[in-house]
Order: sequence, then C-alpha cells, then structure tokens
Amino acid sequence: MPDGIDVVRPYGDTTGDGMVQLSFTLPVPPGPRAEGAALQLAGKMGIAPAMVVHSHGIGGGGGGGAAFTFFVVYGPVRHLVDLAAVQVEERAYPLLSPGEVDGAIRAGLHRQLVVLGACIGTDAHTVGIDAILNIKGFAGEKGLEYHREMRVANLGAQVTVPELVARARAERADAVLVSQVVTQRDAHLRNTRELAAAFREAMGEARPLLVVGGPRFDPAMAAELGVDRVFGRGTTPGEVASYLVHALIGSRRPDTPAPEDP
Amino acid sequence: MTARLDLDPALVTRARELAACAAQPVVDLARAHTTVSVERAVLRLAGLTGTDPVTGDGDRREGTARDGTATDRVPWVNRVVDAVRDQVGLEHGVALPVWHALASGAAPDLQAVAEQVGAGTARFVVPTGAGAERARDAARAAVAAGLARVDANRARREELVARLGDAPRRPWVYLIVATGDIHEDIPQAQAAARAGADVIAVIRSTGQSLLDYVPEGATRTGYAGTYATQENFRLMRAALDDVSAELGRYVRLTNYASGLCMPEIAVLAGLERLDMMLNDAMYGILFRDINPRRTFVDQRFSRMVHARAGIVINTGEDNYLTTADAVDEAHTVTVSQLLNETLAKEAGLEDWQLGLGHAFEIDPDLPDSFRLELAHALLARSLFPDAPLKWMPPTKHMTGDVFRGYLLDGFFNLAGALTGQGILLVGMMTEAVVTPWLSDRDLALRNVRYVLDAAGGLVEDFAPPPGGFIDRRADSVLREAVALLERIADHPQGLIQAIADGTFGITRRPPDGGKGLDGVVALTAEAYNPALELLEAVRA
Repeated sequence: MPDGIDVVRPYGDTTGDGMVQLSFTLPVPPGPRAEGAALQLAGKMGIAPAMVVHSHGIGGGGGGGAAFTFFVVYGPVRHLVDLAAVQVEERAYPLLSPGEVDGAIRAGLHRQLVVLGACIGTDAHTVGIDAILNIKGFAGEKGLEYHREMRVANLGAQVTVPELVARARAERADAVLVSQVVTQRDAHLRNTRELAAAFREAMGEARPLLVVGGPRFDPAMAAELGVDRVFGRGTTPGEVASYLVHALIGSRRPDTPAPEDP
Repeated sequence: MTARLDLDPALVTRARELAACAAQPVVDLARAHTTVSVERAVLRLAGLTGTDPVTGDGDRREGTARDGTATDRVPWVNRVVDAVRDQVGLEHGVALPVWHALASGAAPDLQAVAEQVGAGTARFVVPTGAGAERARDAARAAVAAGLARVDANRARREELVARLGDAPRRPWVYLIVATGDIHEDIPQAQAAARAGADVIAVIRSTGQSLLDYVPEGATRTGYAGTYATQENFRLMRAALDDVSAELGRYVRLTNYASGLCMPEIAVLAGLERLDMMLNDAMYGILFRDINPRRTFVDQRFSRMVHARAGIVINTGEDNYLTTADAVDEAHTVTVSQLLNETLAKEAGLEDWQLGLGHAFEIDPDLPDSFRLELAHALLARSLFPDAPLKWMPPTKHMTGDVFRGYLLDGFFNLAGALTGQGILLVGMMTEAVVTPWLSDRDLALRNVRYVLDAAGGLVEDFAPPPGGFIDRRADSVLREAVALLERIADHPQGLIQAIADGTFGITRRPPDGGKGLDGVVALTAEAYNPALELLEAVRA
C-alpha cells in the first residue's frame, strides 16, 4: 500500500473496485421472488449493483418442494475502510521460546510456576485446554506440560467453579486456565463471570491469574468479564506461556525500573 | 467391495489373540459387577417410566420448554434403584427386592412401587428360597415383555427395509443434526434425508454423558445438541418413518449410548427402534474421565442389548486422532478397533453390527498425506472385511478456511469411496466455525453426491500393488499395533492396567479414578439380573 493512503476498498481484480462475495440462505422458495429478495438484502448491505451468480433450493425432494434458497452473490460494496480508524489489540508482550520461558521462570520465580487448567460449565470438550496443556500441544508447539519449570494439572471437563477454587487454593496455583469450546446462548460469558466472581470472593487480591480461552471469546472482553486475559481462536501454547511469564514474572524482573514518585 | 490389502495372516491372527487376551480381565470384571445404570436399565425394560414430580427446578431458563418438561426431574428408575441400594444394597441386583415387593402384594405394579418410594413408604427386602423363586419368575416375565418390544422393533425395521427399500449404496451417508430443540431437529433431519442422508444422528446436549440420569420427555433446551430421551427418540423415529415412506428408502436414526447412562440409553434405543448407536469401549474413560470399571460394566450390558436389538454400533476411534498425531498414533486406532471388536463379539454383536471408527485427520500439509490416509483406511477395511466401517471426516485441520475445508472434505469423500467404507459421516466445511447451517449441510451433501456418483465405482479398480507405498505403510501400522497390544496384554490386569499406565495417549486413568465409580457394585453369587439372563439365554 502506498504511503499516505489510509482509505481502501475491497480488491477484486482492480484497485478500488470494491468487489465482495457472500453467500446466505433465505427462507423463501427458489424463484424470481427469492432472487429479488437476495438483491434487496445485498443492496441494504451496501452492495450495488449486486449479482446473484448462483442460487438453488434447499430442502426439496419432498411433497412441498424447497422451502429455502441458497445464494452466492458478488458485487461492489460502496463502503470505504478508513485504516486510520482501525483499532487492533497488539500483543503487549514478547513471544518467548520454550527455553526462554523456562529461563524466565527460573530467574524470576525461583520455583516452579503452578498452572491449573479446566473446562467449566457443561462443556465436556477438552480439546482447547488439552491443546494448550498436553505435551502434544497444538500447531507444532508443545503444550505447557512440556515446560520443566511449570507444574501443570489438567482437571479436565465439567469442573465446577467451587472445585476449581478449592484446587487453586490447595495447589497454590499461580494461574488458572479455563477453556470453553462448545457454548450456546453466551453460556461461556456467564460461566466466566461466575468464575471471576468466585475467585474474587474466595481469595480477593491473592487470587491466581485468571485466563480464559475458546473460539467464541472476544479477546477485548477481559476487563468486562473480570479476568486477566482472554484468548480467542487459534491461540497457541507458546502465546499462553509467554503471557504467563509476562503477567506473573515480567513485572518483578530486577531490570524493570521502579515506578517514579510523582 | 474389492479394495483389500494382503495383510500378513500370521500377524492378523496374532493381533486378534492379543486383543482377546488384553480384554479378558475386562470381561471378568463386567461379569462380576453391576452398576446403578445397569439396574435402572432393568427397570426400564420392565416398563418403568416417568419422573418423580416433586424433584427438579423445571426448565425456567431462557428458551424454556413450551410444553413444560423438566430435564432435571429425577426419573423413577433412579429413585427406586437408590432406595433399594439404601435399604438392602445392590449386590443382589434390583430385581429380587423389587419383584418381591410386587409378588408379596406390597404394591400392585411397578409404578406403584415407584410412588411408594416417592412417598417414603417402600420397604425392600431380599427374598430367599421360594420367595426368591417367585420374585425371579415375576421379574423375568416383566423384563421379557420389554425385550419382546425390542424384538418387535427389530422385526419392524427389517420389514420396513424390505418394503420401502434400503439405502441405495454404500457408504451410507451419515449426517448430524444438533439444534438442542427436538422440534427444530425434526424438520432439519427430514430435509437432510430428502437431500440424500441415509442416517441421521441427533447429537446429544453437551455434558449429557456425565449426567447420571436420563432426562425425560420432549426437550427444547439442549446445549450444542439435543438431550437423548425416550420421547425424543420416539418423535424423531416417527418423523423419519414418515420421510422414509415418502422417499421409498428406510432412513436410519443414530444416537449415543455412552457416558454414565450407557445401559439405559441402549435400552431406550431398543424400545424406540433406533438403528445405530455410538458405543465405544474406552472413549468415556479416556476422553470424559468416566471411571474405567463403570464404563466396562455398562458397556458390556449395553452391547448385549444392542446385539439383541439389531443395532449397529459405531466406535469412537476418530477421537484418538483429534488429540494425537494421525500418523504417529495411527496404530492406536487399529489397537482400539481390535479391542472394540473382541469386546463386542463377547457381548454377542456380529460383524455386520460393528461400525468400527477411523478418521481422515492427517495434516494436509504433510507430503503424501492422502496416500497415508488411503493406507490407514485400507488397513481397517482389510482387517475387518465384514464390518461396516465408520469413516469420520477431518476436524483437526479444519481451520475456518471454508474453501480449503470443502476441498479437504472432497478428498475425504474420495478416500471413503476408494476404500469401501460402510458409513460416511458427512464433513462440514464450517467445522470449527459454527454449528452447521442448513446451507452447510446442503453443500456438504452435494460434495458427497458428486464424489460418490463420479467415483463410487472406483473401489473395483483400486488395488494398490503389493510392496508399494500404501501396502508397506499398512503393514508397518499393523506391526506397531501388534507391538502395542503385546505391551497391553503383558499387564497383569490387561487393558485395565494399561489404561491406568497411560498406554493410550497422555492420560492415565486409574481403575479407581474418574466419575461414576460409586455406582459400581460387586455382585454376590445369589444376584439376579433378569435382563442378563434373557439376553445370554439367546446366545447360548
């Protein structure tokens, strides 16, 4: 992108053509009326002129014929993207290698860093927490169990919040990692608030670092949910390990300048 | 189906011997114990239904059931088994004390016994001598009536398949619906059948596997799936019967006999003519941390019921590959298939009822990944020539790039066609993105139809040469499987100790750990389970 240009449009095959593709289904039987409905929707989405390049009925073959129509729509979108107004959450800590993580714990903590992991609520899907904790890891990175300087306990699925608080206290956990993969009607948000409240009530300021993750979470919601950090889709064990070091040890590093008096 | 590798016959024989040897302690354990769920299943076969109306909060959450069903009310079968256990213990089984109460005139029928339990007036004793004989006869007659309904359902299925016609070809096209609301599932399932699905699976509400009771009634409030209940089974089977008649082919229905209520769900499946059930020997232990003893006892009973009901079981080997590397750990799939086979046959299931699982989960960025998939699929096909293998689509390497995912699913379908798989679970390009939309299912079925129409017959032409890449890879996986089976069979307690030692993956599952152990009871010599007696009598 040339310097100084901070307004862009989608790129089909020519700069500025604004071309987008989308697909959707309308609960309308296939036919001219359905196509018209699809064009109306595309228009309201800012695509003009929209082209329905493909449509077919779904759910046909029975007595009544198809009740739904699937569309593929192409067209230029008239909206502009103002790059200057884009806000992203940049990672506020460096990504460390496993060796650097262990080194930082050794130097900064002088003992093993204790991590508890669990799935809470009704979610029985441990793939997320397993990917972060199990030695096997995820995306080519080894899980936290791989770290010599970490003591990791994976409590598995459907752990209750009181159980988790009790274990965190007993194990003197530095960090509690909670994963929620399958969720409906925002149960993951409800569960997370419940988790944060329980730890606040039981341990106050002495509570461990609370980290939640899962594909439906928005990383920007940590403060609102009352936890320290939220990880979204595709998070790797290395990112989590680096964050733990940053949050638990980074601030205590001897080379960190002390806060200045006002 | 002609796709077949010439496996080393001595190695195959050795693999089966080792599997039987490793599984023997499991069978011995299962014969010597009962569980609360096995005993509840006996009461369900005898016709006890319903819930204790004074229990549970009801569904007062958002999206509450319009018809007022409560998924947290305690079923009568739980109340009765718990009461028997409190008063006289379960080591004799529930049948003797319950039917003694009936035979001695304390209650006119099973429902009345339950209501006495609810009122706190039931008094159970374990009868002896003539009293025990009388209770056994009465219990046997009551359970036989339930099994007669299971038998009638099996006959009815055979009749419908003969009259309406069967799925047009193999593999059967297997599709999941999962809205949480049975009344939403039904039109989706019917639409899927009309679009070409041969098998509909209604995935269960998240966490049902760890509930120690089976919810009751038609439910509309599941999370990421719909509760398995007898009424939901009945409603869906009836809806699929309608669409089967309309389409001129019998559309099969699948659910999940797994988790803490495996035996009861198996019974409900038999009573409501479900056609296939997910039922794995080790899945609950390894992936749900259910106690190993509980699982093995429950698993044997549920498989005996499935055998009687003519239900095809589907095993869960695909799960190993979602948590472990699909190349490094390929042999663990083969080992699990062999263990599932030996335990299934011991419980009376026949080859045609063994939907042994495996999956297309190799990293697509690995060179030759498709050839490796073919080798693994063909190994399973050749090792279990008469079993309708269940072929599971990619999930681990579905990244959200739906276009790449659609291509990967196409290759998965092609591998299924080339290697003669029996049941093909339809992959969704939106795997790991959303629960499938109506259009996702439709597009996925179009993918399957195209591949099977274009290349379904290739199974006749596909014969990898001896000594070639595929043949060598299959041979080496089989050798690794035999080596692992040797290690398992070497354990003094076979499979049970091997699981405790973490032989399968990273998880160690000791025999006394996990959920549901308190529901396992060692049987006395005088124990009586009419269902087991009747199910075993047929096989003798």
